[in-house]
Amino acid sequence: MHLNIAAQINSFLAALILLTAFGMLVQRRMYGLIHLFAWQGLFLSISTAVVGFVAGKQHLYISSVLTLSLKVILLPYILHVLTQRLKIQREVETIVNVPLTMLIGIALVIFSYHLMAPVRELSTLVTRSTLAVGLATVLIGLLMMITRRHAVTQIIGFLAMENGLFFAATSATYGMPLVVELGVALDILIAAFIFGIFFFHIHTTFDSLDVDQMARLKEGD
Amino acid sequence: MLLILLGVPLIAAIVLAFVGDRRYAAEINILGSVANFAAGLALALEVYYHGPMLAGRQFFFVDAFNVYLAVLTSFVSMTTAVFSRRYMRREREHGRIGAIRMRFYHAMFQVFIFAMLLCLLTNNVGILWIAMELATLSTVLLVSLYRTPTAIEAAWKYFILCGVGIAQALFGTVLLYFAAEKVLGEGGDALLWTNLSRVSGQLEPTVLSLAFVFLMVGYGTKVGLVPLHNWLPDAHSEGPTPISAVLSGLLLNVALYALVRCKVLVDGSTGTHHAGNIMMGFGLLSILVAAFSLLRQKDIKRMFSYSSIEHMGIATFAFGLGGPIATFGGLLHMLVHSLAKSSIFFTVGHASQMHRTQDMDKIRGLFRGNPLVGWGMMLGVMAIVGMPPFGIFTSEFLILTATIKDAPLLTPFLLLGLAVAFAALFKRVQPMVSGEVPPNQKPMTVANLPVLLHMALVLFLGVYMPDFLNQWFHTAVELLK
Repeated sequence: MHLNIAAQINSFLAALILLTAFGMLVQRRMYGLIHLFAWQGLFLSISTAVVGFVAGKQHLYISSVLTLSLKVILLPYILHVLTQRLKIQREVETIVNVPLTMLIGIALVIFSYHLMAPVRELSTLVTRSTLAVGLATVLIGLLMMITRRHAVTQIIGFLAMENGLFFAATSATYGMPLVVELGVALDILIAAFIFGIFFFHIHTTFDSLDVDQMARLKEGD
Repeated sequence: MLLILLGVPLIAAIVLAFVGDRRYAAEINILGSVANFAAGLALALEVYYHGPMLAGRQFFFVDAFNVYLAVLTSFVSMTTAVFSRRYMRREREHGRIGAIRMRFYHAMFQVFIFAMLLCLLTNNVGILWIAMELATLSTVLLVSLYRTPTAIEAAWKYFILCGVGIAQALFGTVLLYFAAEKVLGEGGDALLWTNLSRVSGQLEPTVLSLAFVFLMVGYGTKVGLVPLHNWLPDAHSEGPTPISAVLSGLLLNVALYALVRCKVLVDGSTGTHHAGNIMMGFGLLSILVAAFSLLRQKDIKRMFSYSSIEHMGIATFAFGLGGPIATFGGLLHMLVHSLAKSSIFFTVGHASQMHRTQDMDKIRGLFRGNPLVGWGMMLGVMAIVGMPPFGIFTSEFLILTATIKDAPLLTPFLLLGLAVAFAALFKRVQPMVSGEVPPNQKPMTVANLPVLLHMALVLFLGVYMPDFLNQWFHTAVELLK
């Protein structure tokens, strides 16, 4: 009974994570996007804590707190400040073909379920049914990076992919070993500094954060 | 010894971050790299006499396969540090970079070396991933060091594409852990490579073959395999030349190392040639696409980046083919390609500084202008296209022989790729080295030692294979079976 409820809570949170992923796919305003990303981090953090509680894994609490501080507070804050500094908060991105993007997103979810079916069969964990959602979030993040042309949006897509990876790790194995999770968190932190620096470089050099302007490096004619 | 090897670059990085742009920063960089190389040699001796070893509560693991790559990494980083002293001083005189960026450059160079060594020496597949990501992150801002629009574009592409790729590898690692946990139980021990390889036969084959697809895409992006190679020519051509040399010569090797380690586990689990076939496909495609792309290049560093893709394709193909001869060839190929390619980049760096351009149509008369740069480049190219008596001839010959034996139908494609690359490189390099000295060429002092040392080694390995290397390779071949 206890496990059953936990599994249901976890599935519910998985659904919310997937929902925020789809929301990010079509959100045009920069602030809205950052907020959605923070929400996704929050759901991920809660879900990690719930799994940690049910499975009795202490290190998942650490991972949950790490997610909370890094992906719900720090990174959205940095992105927020950057968008203000670079004066892009009002910018509205044009997205080509929203319905098509959504359809591809749905196809990716189905594909993930199909791909993860054999793995699911083998798993005995409470969380096994949500593994596919993890992969789907990774793939939707990837799709977002491909379809969007703004540097900040691409970074958010990248971070959403990492969210998906963490979620997949929690669902498949109750989290990676602690040392690995800490290392990954460190890498994300360094990456955050680097893209912060990058936004300024791109902004000063190209006078905009539209990635389409970066098309000088092409193959010889 | 192992901890010294990892500690030296880390300490050097911190020292260099404080020293900043003083006169002797480049010398400290060299000193750190020399100490690092000495530690690498000592570690190699230990492994040679006592066999494979575990250290730091099984956290680190050294065997014949990774020790030669670790020595190679510390060696090439040492010669690159020597080369970079003159090169970067010159760049400062030309006003391409300032004091803050020099500080950053030196510190990050050492962090990069540390990340690669950690990648090679760690026993934990998860840490392997983290170190690989660290190696990417530490070089991203080095690629954009000049802050030109093209450099920033290249670095952004590098950051995004490798970030995406490496995320796939992490998913693969999660799946690997999922399978391992069932056999080895929970905790960090389940990700130790030594434990994994011991029980690889019991790991769930369906999960592992799925994991390999993700690992292949992830680490394959870093190896620069077609069609995941888009970032590579840009990143390697827009950064400072010492960075191009270590990216092409070392980082690609390290990524391939990670891939091969994973392949061993997958092979042990599935018992089929599934992983090998995937690698052969990617490898062959890389060879062909890169060879034909060589024909169209105008930028000298870009051209040699494509040549790196081609050679990484050859090595990947060899490991995919498997079998003792091909694996031996692949190991040797990683070694000699790394030496030859970094040496070529040294000469290319000097040549483009002499002409203040990377445009191949404007680089002329290198033989007369500066014999060392001219002959260094010419001989380097002869080595890289696989002419005897250089080491690459030996490795390519071994790989070809194995292909004829095990996969005869693929031989024509392999030969076609090699022939096209041969023709393309010669067609481009011939006019650059010969002819009269053009007016835009300015004489300059060059760093002789790195080029001479590398070319001598490549030549030496082509003629004679030292006993210890032979023994390491044979042990490594056994390991990778």
